[in-house]
Amino acid sequence: MSATSRSKAATRERVESWTGKSVPRKEDGRLVQGEGSFIDDLGMHGQGYAWFVRSPYAHARIVSVDPSAALALEGVYAVLTGEEAREMCVVPFFQIAPGDGARIEEWPLAVDKVRYQGDAVAVVLADSRDTARDAAELVEVEYEPLAVVVDGVEAVEHAAPVLHEKAGTNVAWHGVYDYGDIDFALEHADHVIKIDRLHFHRFSSTPLECNGAVVDWDKGSGVIDVKSNIQMPMFAAMVIGPSLGVAMNKFSFSSRDIGGAFGNKIAFYPQIAALALLSKKAGRPAKWTEYRTEHMLSSTHGNERTFLDIEVPVMADGTILGVKARAVDDVGAYLHYEPLGAVIWSQVLTGCYKFKNVKIDFTTALTNKCPVAPNRGYSRMQQLWMLERVIDIVAHELDFDPVALRKLNFVQPEDYPYQTPNGCVYDSGNLPLSLDMALELADVDTWRRRQSEMGTGTGKRIGIGIGSTLDSGTNNFGQARIVNPDLPFSGNGEAAFAKLDLYGEVNINLGTTPQGQSHETTSAQVAADILNMSPNDVTVTIGFDQSHNSFVGFSGTYASQFAVTGLGAVMGATAKLRDEILEVGAFALGAPKDDLELRDGACLVKGDPSRSIPFIGIANLIYTNNAVLPSELSSKIDLNCRYVYVPPFEVPDVERKMGNLTLTYASQIHVCVVEVDEETGVVEILSYVAVDDCGKRINPQIVEGQVHGAVGLGIGAALYEAFEYDEDGQLQEPSFYEYHAGTAMDIPDIRTGNIESPSPFTPNGAKGMGEGGGAAVHTICSALQDALGKDGAVVFDSHNPWERVYQLLQSSQGDEPRGVRVISREGGAA
Amino acid sequence: MTEQGTTHVIEVTINGRLYSRTVEARQLLVHFLRDTLDLTGTHIGCDTGSCGACSIILNGKLVKSCMMLAPQADGAVIETVEGLANDGELNPLQESFSRNHGLQCGYCTPGMLMAGTYLLRENPNPTEEEIRRGIKGNICRCTGYVNIVRSIMDVAGGHGSEQADGIVGEEQR
Repeated sequence: MSATSRSKAATRERVESWTGKSVPRKEDGRLVQGEGSFIDDLGMHGQGYAWFVRSPYAHARIVSVDPSAALALEGVYAVLTGEEAREMCVVPFFQIAPGDGARIEEWPLAVDKVRYQGDAVAVVLADSRDTARDAAELVEVEYEPLAVVVDGVEAVEHAAPVLHEKAGTNVAWHGVYDYGDIDFALEHADHVIKIDRLHFHRFSSTPLECNGAVVDWDKGSGVIDVKSNIQMPMFAAMVIGPSLGVAMNKFSFSSRDIGGAFGNKIAFYPQIAALALLSKKAGRPAKWTEYRTEHMLSSTHGNERTFLDIEVPVMADGTILGVKARAVDDVGAYLHYEPLGAVIWSQVLTGCYKFKNVKIDFTTALTNKCPVAPNRGYSRMQQLWMLERVIDIVAHELDFDPVALRKLNFVQPEDYPYQTPNGCVYDSGNLPLSLDMALELADVDTWRRRQSEMGTGTGKRIGIGIGSTLDSGTNNFGQARIVNPDLPFSGNGEAAFAKLDLYGEVNINLGTTPQGQSHETTSAQVAADILNMSPNDVTVTIGFDQSHNSFVGFSGTYASQFAVTGLGAVMGATAKLRDEILEVGAFALGAPKDDLELRDGACLVKGDPSRSIPFIGIANLIYTNNAVLPSELSSKIDLNCRYVYVPPFEVPDVERKMGNLTLTYASQIHVCVVEVDEETGVVEILSYVAVDDCGKRINPQIVEGQVHGAVGLGIGAALYEAFEYDEDGQLQEPSFYEYHAGTAMDIPDIRTGNIESPSPFTPNGAKGMGEGGGAAVHTICSALQDALGKDGAVVFDSHNPWERVYQLLQSSQGDEPRGVRVISREGGAA
Repeated sequence: MTEQGTTHVIEVTINGRLYSRTVEARQLLVHFLRDTLDLTGTHIGCDTGSCGACSIILNGKLVKSCMMLAPQADGAVIETVEGLANDGELNPLQESFSRNHGLQCGYCTPGMLMAGTYLLRENPNPTEEEIRRGIKGNICRCTGYVNIVRSIMDVAGGHGSEQADGIVGEEQR
């Protein structure tokens, strides 16, 4: 039986509610037949193929760019240099940063200087991909290398080379987040744990499909047609529009199937701007498909964050009073979406815990590395990882049971809605129950027994780890004002259209850009419930299209929000459509609206199914037969219902850095068991459990799939994946040869459990989810810490490949400084 | 580097259909499939033979089509994802991927399906470990492989036909 016929069989049955059911995905039929439309599958008539010329140096002055040899090659249409691009632009890209950071100038291509390996200095257009690549090699660029800085802490603390002379500093942003009274807590706590340094490494989710776009700057209309796989198309338009001198209504962004994104496809707007200018210059569309090494060098990396001088006041019973630290975020060479990462972490200021005193001194640092931008768990997983390391280090140093310590300090079920020290509101949850469920599913008691039986001399160690994570969803963009008070941003939202088409077909359009999150399926589920019909008969348009007008400035797919904003919009639009159908039905059937109901694509009189009109009849009256209608009906109803879902937010208090920064908080509690080989440091995962609570689940199978995927990426990051630069700023992992993306041999089977704590703040009780990936990073580190044992070394890095694990095992036996100190007051039980 | 390369006339049979084309000596097989023949179901995810999105079956062997030149495929019999379904009727493995949610974005899926097809031909009753080894050359960034392994397991040894049609829920874990 085909997927189509199976899904029909599955979805023809009468159910009370499609919401909450694991209905088969609408997307699957085309995708399993190789009939998806990904970016490299799309093209435009007369297109040329673009190839970027990229810098081999991490930091260098551009002495000259000579395209003459490239232009002499047969089949080359045009070469655009950085200097030409600047001349074609009105202003540099808009910067989110205030102060010094606002003076950073970024153009579509590098001008005067390159600032990281892979910085683009020119772009070639030719009649084939191969010719374009050949021509790119013929563009002669003379560089004068400059001193390089590749470490965020060095970039801001020493006399480091400055990347952007106009900014005059590598500090792109600095601010202090200070709540409660951490110094009082540190003075009066029974113990203070001091940790010198924790380092969250640089990696990314590396979607299997690279970035790409086909861009046509149409001379006749002035419209820039952008087919791409960018995740936030209207954000891109707002950033590049003023630079290109183009009004928003002269852009036509669209996308179809997107081959994974994870945040990594938010920020390639410089490439789109360069392609637009190249198209304008050449007078034909420019098609660009990024190749893997180009992606690794110059697309997006995740934020690398170093925490310094961490101090944690702890009471004798294990109550943690707070955290004090300095955080230095290495965001690479340009600010793409940054420095929003400098505030987004504070959505999870205290993580799953209820301490009140926090002081984080936060610096956003520029380095000669690939710019960062959102990566699944953006900016929050760094903070959550630090907090989970703190919890485990406190347990380890003071000999607390890590389970009991977490439970003691967790936000408790009766605390919801719980307000954090910075004014965020945790909507619902049950962390202790989630942890118990995870421990039970992992059969931790048995593993603890086996761990103690194993003893020394076997060459193997078992470690059991816990990772607690909040997946904050539906941003309040007002938090951007905490970074820059002059930014005119706040709130959030998403748009949807629900309509009956000419023959009564139900169609939904959305402003989202799904990349595997199954929006067609879940939108159809919630619309089907409102219209009382099968989701099979609801069509959801594939992908984003600006011409549909179903978008707002925030549109896109990012930051764990679709179940709230996207489905909120679908629900609102469909409810309006239902009302319009009933109103036309009331006229057609001569019955009061309240006496009518919808069922299986028809409007009928309740209790008298002989009096009914199918949707095609309703559509006929509005679209092609409207003279039979009274004018008050035909002038009011068009069966095209647009709705914008707006979450209930207020503008945060910028001075105090206080406010409700996100609407929902899904939680992920993970438990894993690892076996560490003492001879080699190789880590094997013996058991992995993830317990998820994202409120009401629209489609449990899809939720579970997101949980699996997030765990997979997290395990990969913890054990295998890192972007590392040498001292010259050369990336050491520029392809999947060196960057070991986790394979089926690395990622184990994952057991899942689920709790549903509906959100009281959302239209459907659901919470955004899907970014729980960080949890696996915390969990693996926690398990390694456990395996290192009492008096063992401290796991100080989020990335622990076998070499580092081996080093940790070795240093456990020595007496080197461990980077952790415990200061206990008189009378404090140690 | 910049000289126009020599060309070759090649004949290949793909999903039962014979194609004869003139190709540049340096053209990769995957570009021949995608760009010359418009068989865009076969995808590209890397340039190093690491990711498997371009996996096809060539003369009965699983091959990464980015690791071969088109002229090397002269005379070959090739199977791609477009040949799996029969006139829109999904085959049991495609069905199983959908039923078990073995795909999210769908970009790795064609390569995974070809790797799974090859694996099940060579070993109709694989263990979980053998399935994992069978797809270790194919990278997926969405699923953590959990439901891909389950999808292949589900059809292995004819278990596919025993599965109930329709809604799959958490109870199937």
